[in-house]
Amino acid sequence: MMLGIESWTLARPELFLAAVTALLLIYGVVRGEVATPFVSIATSLALLVTAVLLFVPYREGTAFASLFIVDRLTTTMKALVLVGSAISILMSRAYFERIKAWRFEYPLLVALATLGMMLMISANDLMALYVGLELQSLALYVIAAFQRDSLRSTEAGVKYFVLGSVASGMLLFGASLIYGFCGGTAFVQISRALIEGRGGEIGVVIGLVFVVAGLAFKVSAVPFHMWTPDVYEGAPTPVTALFAVAAKIAAMSLMVSVLMGPFKPLFPQWQQIVVVASVLSMGLGAFAALRQQNIKRLMAYSSIGNVGYVLLGLASGSEKGIQSVVFYLAIYLVMTMGVFAVILMMKRRNVMVENIADLAGLARSEPMMALALLVFMFSLAGIPPLAGFWGKLYIFIAAVEAKLYVPAVLGVLASVVASYYYLRIVKVMYFDEPAEALDRPAFSVNRAVAFVAAILVAVFSLAPQPLSLVAAAAAKGLFP
Amino acid sequence: MSSWPILSLVTFLPLVGVFFCLVVNGPKEAVDRNCRSAALLTSVVVFLISLLLWARFDVTKAGFQFEEKLDWVPALNIGYHMGIDGISLFFVLLSTLLTPICILSSWGAVHVRVKEYMIAFLVLETFMVGMFCALDLALFYVFFEGVLIPMFLIIGIWGGDRRVYAAFKFFLYTLLGSVLMLLAIITIYWQLGTTDIPTAMEKLNLPFIWQCWLFLAFFASFAVKVPMWPVHTWLPDAHVEAPTAGSVILAGVLLKMGGYGFLRLSIPLLPEATQYFAPMIFGLSVVAVIYTSLVALVQEDMKKLIAYSSVAHMGIVTIGAFILNIQSVQGSLFQMLSHGVVSAALFLCVGVLYDRMHTHEIAVFGGLVHRMPRYAFVFGLVHRMPRYAFVFMFFTLASIGLPGLSGFIGEFLVLLGAFKVNTWVAFLAATGLILGAAYALWLYRKIIFGELTKNSLKAILDMNRREVVVFLPLVLLTLWMGIYPNSFLDPMAATVDKLVGDYQSAIKLARTASLAP
Repeated sequence: MMLGIESWTLARPELFLAAVTALLLIYGVVRGEVATPFVSIATSLALLVTAVLLFVPYREGTAFASLFIVDRLTTTMKALVLVGSAISILMSRAYFERIKAWRFEYPLLVALATLGMMLMISANDLMALYVGLELQSLALYVIAAFQRDSLRSTEAGVKYFVLGSVASGMLLFGASLIYGFCGGTAFVQISRALIEGRGGEIGVVIGLVFVVAGLAFKVSAVPFHMWTPDVYEGAPTPVTALFAVAAKIAAMSLMVSVLMGPFKPLFPQWQQIVVVASVLSMGLGAFAALRQQNIKRLMAYSSIGNVGYVLLGLASGSEKGIQSVVFYLAIYLVMTMGVFAVILMMKRRNVMVENIADLAGLARSEPMMALALLVFMFSLAGIPPLAGFWGKLYIFIAAVEAKLYVPAVLGVLASVVASYYYLRIVKVMYFDEPAEALDRPAFSVNRAVAFVAAILVAVFSLAPQPLSLVAAAAAKGLFP
Repeated sequence: MSSWPILSLVTFLPLVGVFFCLVVNGPKEAVDRNCRSAALLTSVVVFLISLLLWARFDVTKAGFQFEEKLDWVPALNIGYHMGIDGISLFFVLLSTLLTPICILSSWGAVHVRVKEYMIAFLVLETFMVGMFCALDLALFYVFFEGVLIPMFLIIGIWGGDRRVYAAFKFFLYTLLGSVLMLLAIITIYWQLGTTDIPTAMEKLNLPFIWQCWLFLAFFASFAVKVPMWPVHTWLPDAHVEAPTAGSVILAGVLLKMGGYGFLRLSIPLLPEATQYFAPMIFGLSVVAVIYTSLVALVQEDMKKLIAYSSVAHMGIVTIGAFILNIQSVQGSLFQMLSHGVVSAALFLCVGVLYDRMHTHEIAVFGGLVHRMPRYAFVFGLVHRMPRYAFVFMFFTLASIGLPGLSGFIGEFLVLLGAFKVNTWVAFLAATGLILGAAYALWLYRKIIFGELTKNSLKAILDMNRREVVVFLPLVLLTLWMGIYPNSFLDPMAATVDKLVGDYQSAIKLARTASLAP
């Protein structure tokens, strides 16, 4: 066991982020509200610097008595999460300024949540996992209710808190069962115990079910998705973006490393659960979104559907399956960021609007913004040649190779249903007569994010190869 | 073998026009004018370059020509592989010919969002040409599906009153078929480790039951696209609501993608399943030919009538493709080309009237109100629009299959091939042709003859010079195809021989294998 300098170097990005967050917190407390602009920019910069630190210099290994692991997969996932968080801080300024809630605590809470996400991605022990998860969740509960004089926002926060605690409880209960039957909480111990034949014991399987249920809640897979639409709709839009992107990717990464790590020997057992959750998520994500009027709620269902596809990749349990998960999540990050950047630009007479109908005629008043949203929508629908298609293709290749024929067929059918509501947004923008025009957004971060995201989607569409190499390298982390 | 990537050039050159349209800026009239000209210029240049393909095509070779092969996504072993053979050559030309015609035909008809319109058509051209050139299953699928995006927008933005319904129906219907094909492509990839079509043609050897599943998956996609009865219902809606040029591309090229898919993928990759399912296809096609012809007889909308007639004509195409002897396959290909030109022209004819009267309803033009003998000195549109009446007659006859025009050759070859194999299919398909003559002539009479009773019609103007330019190449081409079809059949011959030969040897092989103990 090494507790020496090696451990600290491995956890260098996390330590850096924690230190910077603490310093900025002190600075904010001392300076008060004036500090907000500086703190927010400094936090996003710190997040990006942390992302750089992940790679320069790149190290692999376990640290802190094997509580903490760094490999290709965790590094890639952390990079995605950090970029997602940094961008969502940058995008939130205009929103919070308008509702007079632009406080320095917000970026810091996001940074703390991100720190939690990084810890849980790197967890190599059920205890470490739980600590990371709770750090993330507590910060997220607070920022979901950050618009504290809004009924919907506080409701979202409370709902998320109550349901999230139940899920954490389930996870803990499952973890305790596994500890009891396997004799340890470290992933290595669990894995060893399962290989030695404890996997057949009913207690382990029940524990596994509880752990998977807790994780499924965090990734909002059906049937643990109930909180998602309400929280997504109620939370302030930049927070929703954070939920939809960073939190989702982190939770998904956690699910992958737990199920493909210590519980690999129980693959046949958890595969069934994941397949069922995947098919249900794809189905619900497709059908429930059909009649939504609120674009944030729609994105909530869309994210449930997307989780279904990612879970299908995970359920294949192969190296290609994990590649497809990483690949899909990276593309999902770009598309979703872009969509939320556009949503954050939707305001009329200086009031944010969230209804799909408000986009009517956008193609005429704001052709470039409409074009960007069109690209995201067709990409989310998985229509080639756009990037979303490659993500789905990757997932379905993995699924077919793992002989998951029926889920694959159901998945493609669900994607047809889902394409209806993505198309509906295109229809509103392009076919409908213009409603009262939206405010013309000045040059802003959101605009830049939307365009960069659209260009990235275009690049990934034409040249998916580099991203697939990244995904392949990341998956090597689990299949050395 | 070409030294420069001519196929990629033909495929992606339209995007240069797209780029120009995107960056052009200024007052609306200037932008519209510039975009129109740029789009026309680009598409004409593309057409001229694509003629080089025909000129340099080696008719003696059965394999693929002008091949280009690059790595695209090596991680998934997906390549950028382009190439054409006798089957795809003329589809490429058809696409590149119809695009400038569409752009020219919408010169006066489209005034709103001209820039986007031109962009949509040029992107559409890229996808269409790319689809016919693609020799990699994934690349094929990308282009095949990509077509949906611009077409969805064309129907939805510039369409008629029920355009939203029609656009969604078109998109979802075809997408539903295509996603199943995606699974079939993935299965082939899984079996072979590559998505290269020529490799798959050589090596793919699946057990019978697998072939059947994959055949059905491909069938779901292509049958919707062709469209075959009973999954044709999106077509009349899409046609009626689409703008004229949209209908032209829809009828002229998009329907051919289904027939092309059968010949390019289903038959060579899955020969045993092809043989097994051929009777089903005959059945559906015969129903399509007869039933949709009958349906066409009672239509009240010109575009709907022509749309139903397309379903019937494409029924002949699928019969020809699955009879699988040399005449029938050549006939099937020829019929697709002929239908591509003729139905496109018929939709343009409808468009000419629509531009003037803003309706497709037959009754508006016909002599439905006959009781006004006082106006008998005006004898219908034929006097008002002699040039138009001639062009319309010409293409109506071509569509019926008058010898000397293009429609005849294809139908004749298909029926000839069919008679050798299955007399009943040939007999029933021939019945459909008689019905075809009935509805086409009926439409012509209603539109052109009869008394002109409406004041609005009396002021109608004949085709102007631009419209004549639009129709002229189509008229000449139809005559050429009808009088000297060998210019078109010769380049197909070697490839079709190989297709039929390979199919028969594969069937023979399968039969001996099943007889062996």
